[in-house]
Amino acid sequence: MGIRERLSGNEAAATAMRQINPDVVAAYPITPSTEIPQYFSTFVANGSVDSDFVAVESEHSAMSACIGAEAAGARAMTATSANGLSLMWEMIYIASSLRLPIVLSLVNRAVSGPLNIHNDHSDAMGVRDAGWIMLFSENNQEAYDNTLMAHRIAEHKDVRLPLMVCQDGFITSHSIENIELVEDDKVKEFVGEYHPEHYLLNKEEPIAVGPLDVQSYLFEHKAQQAEAMENAKKVILEVAEDFEKMTGRKYGFFEEYKLDDAEVAIVCMNSTAGTTKFVVDNLREQGIKAGLLKLRVFRPFPVNEIAKALSHLKAMAILDKASSLNAAGGALYEDVTSAMYVNNYHVPAVNYVYGIGGRDTKADEIEGVYKDLLEIAKTGNIDNPYRYFGLRREAK
Amino acid sequence: MDNMIEIRWHGRGGQGAKTASLLLADAAFNTGKYIQGFPEYGPERMGAPLTAYNRISDTPIRIHSNIYYPDYVVVVDDTLLESVDVTAGLKETGAIVINTTKSEDYLRKALKGYKGDIYTIDARKISEEALGKYFPNTPMLAAIIKVAKIMTDEELLEDMKGSFKHKFAKKPEVIDGNMKALEMALKEVKKI
Repeated sequence: MGIRERLSGNEAAATAMRQINPDVVAAYPITPSTEIPQYFSTFVANGSVDSDFVAVESEHSAMSACIGAEAAGARAMTATSANGLSLMWEMIYIASSLRLPIVLSLVNRAVSGPLNIHNDHSDAMGVRDAGWIMLFSENNQEAYDNTLMAHRIAEHKDVRLPLMVCQDGFITSHSIENIELVEDDKVKEFVGEYHPEHYLLNKEEPIAVGPLDVQSYLFEHKAQQAEAMENAKKVILEVAEDFEKMTGRKYGFFEEYKLDDAEVAIVCMNSTAGTTKFVVDNLREQGIKAGLLKLRVFRPFPVNEIAKALSHLKAMAILDKASSLNAAGGALYEDVTSAMYVNNYHVPAVNYVYGIGGRDTKADEIEGVYKDLLEIAKTGNIDNPYRYFGLRREAK
Repeated sequence: MDNMIEIRWHGRGGQGAKTASLLLADAAFNTGKYIQGFPEYGPERMGAPLTAYNRISDTPIRIHSNIYYPDYVVVVDDTLLESVDVTAGLKETGAIVINTTKSEDYLRKALKGYKGDIYTIDARKISEEALGKYFPNTPMLAAIIKVAKIMTDEELLEDMKGSFKHKFAKKPEVIDGNMKALEMALKEVKKI
């Protein structure tokens, strides 16, 4: 039953990549994801993988090399953070519109400037409409597990979309924690071989990839991409079911933590969910009906499922680790409240922007959010839905 | 989580406080515990104040924030006592372990009346004697393991022998010196 280990989040991601043994890894180093290609290049040097490691000169080239490899018919992976992802921007869209199931390990970090190498989700939020499947991970275990499931989802014939596995820079990427690894042979069997239907190196079927797509076609292709994203929902759950059979670890679109009978709840992603569970346990001991919805699948966004799971609450807070700088709410807040609206549920909902640029997220602050929610549940008075916590000034 | 031990390390960049916190996580992991070991990354430069953390528990650890109410604090460099509030949030039922040769009077004053146990160790002397160089992290690791009763002296020595073999695979000549530093530290750490 698994291998008991202790690894950092970066080591966990690199270990998953070693076990997957992709045909090509192309990467350029950037803090805090640097260690992933660094460890992987060691695996290449040691011969524990037979991947081609392409040490490119920029992230734009890293994604370009992955696109070339996938289009040729190979399985390609990469890793990056923040401004590295920014430099990939052009190719990120090309990867998804060419329907190439590249898997990217995104170690979340603030996008400069001014220069900040620490954790927030502004990198991920910048590509939320780029047509990539986006999975978020609470800890090293989930970063590892999500990576093992990634290719089965991305490469599925009804999906064929690239996928990124997100985890919090430094907070989980550089923290050593316990982890349960799956044996190499089991991973190999679970992930399976990649046999794309159409690829450039198939001499029986000469094709062009990425030619001019004018007024008469691009719209239809975008609609197909959107349909693939919808299809991904079914596939994500099927793959999770198989994964549970192998490991006993259960995954869905989101995790409901003491949410069933909760009166107030927080919605958040990545490592903050762990700290929130710690707070929920403490509040439950005091008889407060607090709960958590930890979102794992951010793209595709599980609109109806998330709305239903939150519909019974008296008040909720959605935490965004990126400011959308839009005089309105953060990305997660807008998605969640929109999901509630279209499903005709009304639950008082407030947004907290927090943890920007690596500002530590304290248990006391999460507890403060629940206290605010209890007050809202009691009075029905929201006042200002757009809030901060952890900010060093009185929030407006 | 009543069974959870939280430890905060204060050192300076280059002294190995981060490595010590990772070695401590390793050692506790090997006794079957759930562990976290992580540094607080700032602008990384030699000599700058640095903080690292450990959590050790019998049950899975979910919290992912820094540690504000530690059970134990380890001070790897006593010049930090004047610039960093090392006892901030430190539980009085816990203890602080300091690498120092300074007097009890000085320490009590510097720790602003901290009421918990104060342990000292001269990691410089031990390191220079055992290793011929100043690497305070190995003696400090032994000291905190002893003070926090994370494992017995014998278990520590056995476990670290394995870790050092792995860590110093490319320079095995330093293994004996590090083992000697551990042994000396276990004997010399004392409560004032």
